[in-house]
Amino acid sequence: MDIDQVRLWATVASIVLGTIFPAIAIGFIGSTALKAIGRNPEAASKIQTAMILAIAFAEAIAIYSLVIALIVKFVA
Amino acid sequence: MEAISLKAQQLFTIGGFSVTNGLVLTLVVSLVLIVFAFILNKKISVMPGKLQSGLEMGVEWFLDLMASTLGSTQKAEMYFPLVATIFIFIMVSNLLGIFPGVGSIHVGEVPLFRSPAADLNFTLAFAVISVIMTNLLGMASVGVFAHLGKFFNFKNPIYFFIGLLEIVSEFAKIISLSFRLFGNVFAGEVLLTIIFFLAPYFIPLPFLFLEIFVGLIQAFLFAMLTLISISIHTAIHEH
Repeated sequence: MDIDQVRLWATVASIVLGTIFPAIAIGFIGSTALKAIGRNPEAASKIQTAMILAIAFAEAIAIYSLVIALIVKFVA
Repeated sequence: MEAISLKAQQLFTIGGFSVTNGLVLTLVVSLVLIVFAFILNKKISVMPGKLQSGLEMGVEWFLDLMASTLGSTQKAEMYFPLVATIFIFIMVSNLLGIFPGVGSIHVGEVPLFRSPAADLNFTLAFAVISVIMTNLLGMASVGVFAHLGKFFNFKNPIYFFIGLLEIVSEFAKIISLSFRLFGNVFAGEVLLTIIFFLAPYFIPLPFLFLEIFVGLIQAFLFAMLTLISISIHTAIHEH
């Protein structure tokens, strides 16, 4: 296998493996937030703000793996 | 196809300082905000027109959000300039980065404009400013020794270890803030470059909407994370 093939496989593997767990995490966050809003509709906007923050934290991990994939593919 | 570059490309040098296309668009964003602020200042009146009342609603919404996180309106007004500047600057720079002309107008082979947050220097600078300012504001609010005592706590081996973890977490905050914004905007740039190369008419519309949305959310997020840092560091513990 030459370096270009390895580079291709590394890009694909990085993005595939790096988005599974953030996706599951965001699903959990969303579902818990919806349950909380269902129990207490008055606190909906506070719960929504906290949910958006938590989703951005979880998404940042997926973004890290995307940056690595882009670096491997286009720069290194 | 357009070459995708991780770094902002250099246009020319002044002395030893290299001026990149990201820097050019940052200056444009600053100019836009300054000119807008001056024009608005001249036209301010007690009976507001549509633009002024729209902006007042925006400022009031942001102040209410900060007050609900910080606990009091007085604290919100004290820390409003830093957080709102971070929000407005990153939001305007993300929105101007999708403008027509950014990425397509070339000087030689290099684009003249490039989205500012697609340059790691821009996001790293904001992250460093944010973390340093939250620590300084914490020191100003609870006192230098009380603030440093959170990090260097010699009462107990466990507290000492927790203090070390707090220091590491401050550095992790710098890295995560900068890379979150950089990754989102840079990945958006790459996505738009590829989509415009593959299908230039009508198909890019949903991707452009996604980019606008992501730009707004990331600006809001950066400001909110700074705000939460401030609220944690300036919280007065009652023991």
